Amino acid sequence: MKNYHFAIFTLVAALLLPAVIDSSHLNMAILVLMAAQVGVAWNMVGGYAGQVSLGHAAFYGIGAYASTLLLVKFGVNPWIGVLTGGVVAALLSLAFGWSCFRLKGHYFAMATIAVAELVQIFFTEWEYGGAAVGLYVPLDKPGWLWMSFSTKLPYYWLALGLLLLTLAANWWIERSYLGYYFRAIKDEPDAARSIGINIARYKQIALSVSAFFTAIGGSLYAQKEIYIDPNSVLSTALSIKMALVAILGGVGTLFGPVIGAVILTSIEEFTRIFFGGTGRGTDVIIYASLIIVIAVFYPTGIIGWMRSFRERRAARADASRQIAAHAASASTNNGEAA
Amino acid sequence: MSLLEVHQVSKRFGGLTANQDVSFNVDAGQVVGLIGPNGAGKTTLFNCVAGYFAPSAGSIMLSGRNIAGLPPEACAKAGVARTFQVARTFGSMTACENVMTAAMLLQHNVARARVAALQWLAFVNLERFADKPAASMTISEQRRLAVARALAIQPSILLMDEVMAGLNPSEVRLAVDVVLKIRDSGIACLIVEHVLEGIMPIADKIVVLDRGVKIAEGTPQQVSNDPHVITAYLGDE
Repeated sequence: MKNYHFAIFTLVAALLLPAVIDSSHLNMAILVLMAAQVGVAWNMVGGYAGQVSLGHAAFYGIGAYASTLLLVKFGVNPWIGVLTGGVVAALLSLAFGWSCFRLKGHYFAMATIAVAELVQIFFTEWEYGGAAVGLYVPLDKPGWLWMSFSTKLPYYWLALGLLLLTLAANWWIERSYLGYYFRAIKDEPDAARSIGINIARYKQIALSVSAFFTAIGGSLYAQKEIYIDPNSVLSTALSIKMALVAILGGVGTLFGPVIGAVILTSIEEFTRIFFGGTGRGTDVIIYASLIIVIAVFYPTGIIGWMRSFRERRAARADASRQIAAHAASASTNNGEAA
Repeated sequence: MSLLEVHQVSKRFGGLTANQDVSFNVDAGQVVGLIGPNGAGKTTLFNCVAGYFAPSAGSIMLSGRNIAGLPPEACAKAGVARTFQVARTFGSMTACENVMTAAMLLQHNVARARVAALQWLAFVNLERFADKPAASMTISEQRRLAVARALAIQPSILLMDEVMAGLNPSEVRLAVDVVLKIRDSGIACLIVEHVLEGIMPIADKIVVLDRGVKIAEGTPQQVSNDPHVITAYLGDE
C-alpha cells in the first residue's frame, strides 16, 4: 500500500512540476520522462521476461523514422504516424525475435546488438530516409492537431501521458497471466515448457509489446527534437542506456525504470554542464562505473536494494522482539525458581 | 488400449545409442517404476515421453495419439506432466504463484487460477506455504511444490524424475504418500527412480533398463527375482 501512496505523491508532483520550474529545467524533466518511458518499455521484455535486449534503439529509431518519413514525404498527421511507427516496430520485432530468440542469455544480448547495428547501417545508407544527414520535422503547422509546438510545456504533458500509458500497460501485464508466464520463462524456461507455456511465443509477445511502446517513444523524440539522424535515434549507446535505466532502478519492477531514469538523466546532464564540450564521453565513463557497481553490489537494482533493506529491518525487529519475549519468560521462570 | 504406449522407441545421439527399441505400456491410474543402473537410459526415455527429446525411431501413443517428437509444451497440453531431478521451482514467485502459473494452462483468469492452486497445494500438504517465496522452502518441500505445479495442468499421466533422491527416510515416506494420493485420484505415474526401497512397495509394474535396452518388466516381486536384473545391478559372479 505504501508503494501506491508513493506513486500518487509522485504523480501529483509531476502534475505540479511545470508550474514551479523554468524552461531549461523543464527540458530536463522531459528528458527524464522520456528516458523513464523507454526504460519501462524495455522492462517488459528485458525485465519481466528476462530477455536482455541491447538492440532496442532499433525500435526507437524505427518509430522516429516512421512518423517523420510519413509526415515529411506524405503529409501524414503525426498522431497517425506515431501509431503507425509503433505497429511497424511491433511487426519488425517478429524478424528481430525470430533471429535472436534462437540464442539464450549473453548470446541473445550479443545478437540483439548485431541486429540493431544492421538497422543503423541501413538508415545511414538509405538516401530516401535522409541517410547520414538525417531528417527535419517541419514546423509549419503548430498546435496539438499536428503535435508540433514552439514551447516545451506541451511536450512535457505528452511525455508524461506516454509514460503513464506505458506504466499502465506494464501494470496490466504484470497482473495478468502474461506477467506470470514472463516470470516463469525468466526463472526456469524448461519448467515453464513443462506446464505448457510456449516460451518462443510468449518471449515474442513480450518483445512486440515492448517494441511498440519503444517506437512510440522514438516518435515523440522526433517530434520534440524536430531533427533525427541515425546517430541520435539508432545508436548502440542509446540501446545500452535504455537497458541501464531499467537495470539501475530494478529490473522486473513497475517503477524501477522511473527511478533509474531520474538518476541516469541527472548524471548525464550534470556531466554535460560541468565538463561542457571537453567532457564528451564522461557520461559513458560514469555509465560504465555504474554498471560495475550494480553488477557487483546491487544486482537487483535500487528497488531490490530498498526491498532487502526493508526486509532486513523487519527481520531484525522480529528477532529483537523474540529475544525480548524470551528474556521476559526466562526472568519469570527464574522468579518461580527463586 | 493403454493410456501410454511406448512402442519400439530408440534414441541415438550421433554414434551413441541411449535407447534401443524400448516398449512398455502404462494403464490409467497405474504407478509404473522405470529403474536401471547408472547410464541405463532412463532419463533419456523419460525426456522422449515428455517431449524434451524427439525419439530417433518408434512411437509414443497417449490415449491413441502419437506424441513422439512433439515439443514439451504440446506434450503438456496433451496431458503429460513432469517434474525434474532438481525441483526447478520459479524462484521469484511464492509457492502459490508457482502453481497458479501452471493452472493458467486451463484458464487465463488469475483469481480462478489461485483458487485451483490452493487446492493443489493442500493436496501435497503445502497450503501453509502458499504465500512464502518458493526459494525459501527446503528441497523436500520444493519437490512437492513441483509435483503440485505439475498436477495443476490436470494431466492424465505424471512423469517424476527421481522424486526421492537425496531425501531422508521420513521425507521419502511423505513423497510415497503423495504418489499414492495421485494414483488414487486417477492419474497414472511413471517414476524414474534410483531409490528402490521407495518405489518397490508402491509400483504396480516395474520396467528395468540396462544399457538402453529393456531387460525386464513385471511386478516388483518378479523383477527383483529376475536373474538379468540381479546381474545388471550387482554384476556377474
